Amino acid sequence: MSGGGDHHTVSFVQTVRAALVLSRREQVSLLAVALIFGAAALLPVFNTGYWLSIGVSIAMFTVLATSWTLFSGPTNYIALSTAAFFGIGMYIVGGGLPYLPFPALVAVAAITGALFAAVVGLATLRISGVYFVIFTLGLAELVRQVVAWAQHVMGTSSGLYVLIGMSDQAMYWLLLGVAALVYLVGWFIGRSRLGFALRIIGNDEVVAVHSGINTARAKVVLFVISSSFAAVTGALVAPRWSYVEPSIAFSPFLSFEVVIMALLGGVHRLWGPLVGVIPFTLLWEFISAKFPAQTTLLLGACFLLIVYFIPRGVVGLIEDTVRQLRRRKSDNG
Amino acid sequence: MDVLIIGLLLGGTYALMAMGLQLQYGVARIMNLASGETLVCGAFAAVWLFTAYKLGPLLALVGIVPLAFVANWAIYRFMMLPLVRRAKSQGQLEVDAILATFGLSFVAIGVLLAMFGGEFLAYSYLAEPFRIFGQPYALNRIAAFLCSAALCAGLYVWLHHTRAGLTLRAVSVNPSAAGLVGINVMRTSALAFALGGAVSASGGALLSMYLTFDASLGVIFTLKALVIVIMGGVGDIRGAIVASFILGLTETAVATYIDPGLTLAAAYILFIVILLVRPEGLFGRRPS
Repeated sequence: MSGGGDHHTVSFVQTVRAALVLSRREQVSLLAVALIFGAAALLPVFNTGYWLSIGVSIAMFTVLATSWTLFSGPTNYIALSTAAFFGIGMYIVGGGLPYLPFPALVAVAAITGALFAAVVGLATLRISGVYFVIFTLGLAELVRQVVAWAQHVMGTSSGLYVLIGMSDQAMYWLLLGVAALVYLVGWFIGRSRLGFALRIIGNDEVVAVHSGINTARAKVVLFVISSSFAAVTGALVAPRWSYVEPSIAFSPFLSFEVVIMALLGGVHRLWGPLVGVIPFTLLWEFISAKFPAQTTLLLGACFLLIVYFIPRGVVGLIEDTVRQLRRRKSDNG
Repeated sequence: MDVLIIGLLLGGTYALMAMGLQLQYGVARIMNLASGETLVCGAFAAVWLFTAYKLGPLLALVGIVPLAFVANWAIYRFMMLPLVRRAKSQGQLEVDAILATFGLSFVAIGVLLAMFGGEFLAYSYLAEPFRIFGQPYALNRIAAFLCSAALCAGLYVWLHHTRAGLTLRAVSVNPSAAGLVGINVMRTSALAFALGGAVSASGGALLSMYLTFDASLGVIFTLKALVIVIMGGVGDIRGAIVASFILGLTETAVATYIDPGLTLAAAYILFIVILLVRPEGLFGRRPS
């Protein structure tokens, strides 16, 4: 996977071409996905109040959980840093609004998130082992401390106002668009050499190294993509809270919720997290309305239930059941 | 001078917390992300015993340590052991343990929130000056340091000069070989995990003498303990002690000269330096 620049561009073009050759079955599923997205985009037509706001949450967590799965799914490296990148995106919008227009800030968030992820990845992912998980565990808290310190030094208040009029409807469509992009990127990676390399790394990193895969590069690239999406999401939803403060932007619960939803759905399929996001967002809406004081406890309990009883997620459960049914059928027939 | 002494005193108490995690990760092979919560539980128990019953934290240790031991033994027996049995490989176990203890940490925070609420808790104990080289230092810091040093020394002697300690070190070096020479690896791991939890909780009780705690602080202590363990080298007690002092000193220096709000940044800087320069830790052996 190393070589000169020319060789690289050629192989890249070839990869793109190869990935664009679709079988009949893939064409059908692509069409189905497009139809589902089209149907989802119609939600604001039917309801612009409560359900639309839930729709925004679902779209947001779909982006976060699916992009989390892009990296952590195949590699088994658990990233606990979603909130750090999400918060960075939010603060870039909060702090940058007086100077730059909103779309430019979203781009800045994407680039900053990518650069920061590259630094973190280069420091921790070159070495195998649990260093990466540990590093990401406190990352949100670290960024929060540094942001608070920087604001203290510059003499600004810790909260920032994000006062741009953005309707829930616009935010929903934007997030839906980003979700579509995540799926496209994920689907493309899954078909590429990179995706293949990641699956080998996840199965056995030593084997991956010995078969000539540059494991560090593959891991860093995916972590950068995944984190950049988290930063973009933070930037896009910043207007939802007209007042951004560290406890919202760098909430440790966010990282936790994203991991729960992805695991509930299943991380070995691209569409797995979605299966977790929808029921969990609805359940969470219910729980935080009924038991506002016990949310942390219940969140932890839900997480343990998933880890112990459905380790492969709902999708894994479905697949196992289908396989058993098929086997029984073939035994009978 | 101030920085040096306060840093050393802090480092000495951190050593206890790091040894707790060292036992759990180095021997029982469980990367316990709820280690900081164990520490916070110990701290809250000490605060509660002091405010409700006027019981000093040093005396409270007598109750906290056995309780934490039993609780952590139960966690190993009923939550970790099924994962150990289920895991097909060491990597799978590591991922499962990380996820399970991560979930557990949120359960612990939830329980603490329900019992004590979300505010910072502290109490005033031995808050009188004690002179070292003519400079006054809070007596509670010194008492916590001495108590922590005594516990660390006791643990060190126990690990290196008793048969039970020897089995623990054997499992730490190589679990499957330890099994071959007739050591009950599961039971030894459970013992190490329980002991580690008890040590972490006692570290919390001692730190509560001069630090304020709230329910959500656990993750910071987990991270500090992990950084110390990695810096010292997994499974190496001497390394953990040296690394604790380095972290205590760095943190105090950052808090004094730059900003008290940046202590976690100090831990991260050390972490990055270690990862770039010596990922196997100060005293760790390079994997062959």
